Amino acid sequence: MTVSRESFYGPLDDVSGDAGYTEHPERVGFFTDTSVCIGCKACEVACKEWNLLPDDGFDLLGMSFDNTGELSANSWRHVAFIEQPAPLRESAAAREADAVDLGLPSFDLPGAGTGEETRTDFRWLMSSDVCKHCTHAGCLDVCPTGALFRTEFGTVVVQDDICNGCGYCVSGCPYGVIDRREGDGRAWKCTMCYDRLSDGMEPACAKACPTDSIQFGPLDELRERARQRVATLHERGVTEARLYGEDPNDGVGGDGAFFLLLDEPEVYGLPPDPVVPTRDAGSMWARAGVAAAAFAAAAVSVFFGRSSR
Amino acid sequence: MSRSLGRVAAGDTGREQRSPGEEDFRSYYGRRVLKEPVWEWLVPAYLFAGGLSAACAELAAGADLTRRPRLRKAARLGALGGLATSMYFLIADLGRPERFHHMLRVAKPSSPMSVGTWILVAYGPGVGVAAAAELLPARLRRRWPGKLIGALARPAGLASAAVAPGVASYTAVLLSHTAVPAWNEARDRLPFVFTGSAAAAGGGFGMVCTPVDEAEPARKLAAVGAVTELVTSRQLDERLGVVSEAYRTGKAHRLRQWSEYLTAGGALGSLLAGRSRAAAVTSGLALLAGSALQRFGIFEAGVQSTKDPKYVVVPQRRRVDRGEQA
Repeated sequence: MTVSRESFYGPLDDVSGDAGYTEHPERVGFFTDTSVCIGCKACEVACKEWNLLPDDGFDLLGMSFDNTGELSANSWRHVAFIEQPAPLRESAAAREADAVDLGLPSFDLPGAGTGEETRTDFRWLMSSDVCKHCTHAGCLDVCPTGALFRTEFGTVVVQDDICNGCGYCVSGCPYGVIDRREGDGRAWKCTMCYDRLSDGMEPACAKACPTDSIQFGPLDELRERARQRVATLHERGVTEARLYGEDPNDGVGGDGAFFLLLDEPEVYGLPPDPVVPTRDAGSMWARAGVAAAAFAAAAVSVFFGRSSR
Repeated sequence: MSRSLGRVAAGDTGREQRSPGEEDFRSYYGRRVLKEPVWEWLVPAYLFAGGLSAACAELAAGADLTRRPRLRKAARLGALGGLATSMYFLIADLGRPERFHHMLRVAKPSSPMSVGTWILVAYGPGVGVAAAAELLPARLRRRWPGKLIGALARPAGLASAAVAPGVASYTAVLLSHTAVPAWNEARDRLPFVFTGSAAAAGGGFGMVCTPVDEAEPARKLAAVGAVTELVTSRQLDERLGVVSEAYRTGKAHRLRQWSEYLTAGGALGSLLAGRSRAAAVTSGLALLAGSALQRFGIFEAGVQSTKDPKYVVVPQRRRVDRGEQA
């Protein structure tokens, strides 16, 4: 294991190797394709059940179908629902001009028409958020006990028997994922089902997803698949499709869990351009060193000079 | 306009409508992007107590070498008192306080909290021995353990004084090495605010606890620290772009404004404190309070900057739109 500049920032090909594993499986991850998410929340439920997560209380948030709100110590998958006006695409808009649908009963079976002609000037975005398992993980970098560690799969996991609840990881995460559990005092987050991975199974959320919006696999394969999916969507006229978190040159060295989004990240509650705080560790310590030297110099100099004794 | 209505609309209608002059940005129902720090008042209280302890350790070593016994005694006890309360605050703030010693199972350069733990481990024993020498009853001083402590006091005090600048400054990195916008964006300036604040507090403590004829170094340290704190603290209000608003508004602003008044008053008072013990005590107390309020104010600005998605989204979106690399 060698510690280099790349250990803290920038692209890093072999995260597990950098963490000290000499032999290890391929890095795995999630590709969450939100264009096929139907908002069923099976991922939220499967995660809760498999990981035995406590409930978060019954809370109606008044935000579309989202009553989970955000990722937390007890919710490791969170499905966001965004209702927004969407300009009609050319062909559908043309048809719209001919006839106005008054929503009256018709002879068609309900749901019989599911093609382009059924589109309205309104759309729903749904997206299942999760821990990003960053290449450079802010939470892992700042953990002072070693409770957070990099697994052989390249994921980031908290050891609950080590964590002493200092809370530093909570402020270290640029995505606002990890949190301390009330009444328990320790930090919790998605483990990418470390126990299932060790037995060669896919994580519970991906297993439960009925539309394959959540895809699990080797990260390199997922990145390739995601690029093809974006190209396909662009061909079909969905020009707003974009990837989020797949770029190893971004502020966290690329995410182990990345997304295909249909709007800007902040609309889904994601930071547009997160940066791991460790990027500036060197310059911060340098500034602290200058301040410390000035402090010491001041402390020495106040004992020199004229004395009124 | 109704802020909350604008925010609810943000989830579904695109650009959030704000009053003129405010930034336009989009968000998920106006909800926070980051988690608020889980730390409570104990952490800013620690920042203050740790800074106070560090500055006292410096004064104690200087007083020891320049033969100012009363300043030495006050400062050594101040250093130990500050350190002891620091330890209490740090451990009490843990979610699992009984596991505090898990901090000692690793030394991790990438974690300022781990670095700080080891700085305190290096700092603590010297402070303890130096203070023990002051507290030792006269009859014990003649026995061999008393003699040993007496002989070790000066090297112990000097050793802790050598580490003290680290104690006073590392806490700035502790806060800045996070995703909390108000702390992270202040990373270039926070070390100077913190060491200035520590020097002002330590100097103020020396002025309160020492007769004026021995307290000159404390007065000077207080004045230098207060001026540093005042100047660099102002920069947080003005030079951090969008994030400066977190320092300029609300509770953070009120705390830091009072800090400014008290620190400026204490610094002016320290000029008169060479003549009057009452002036020395008053300005010393003002400096201590000013330093404490500064820490609470900066802490509060950080908390606020995680509650409002603006502080996360606006600077990042601007960077993306300009095509700049993170």
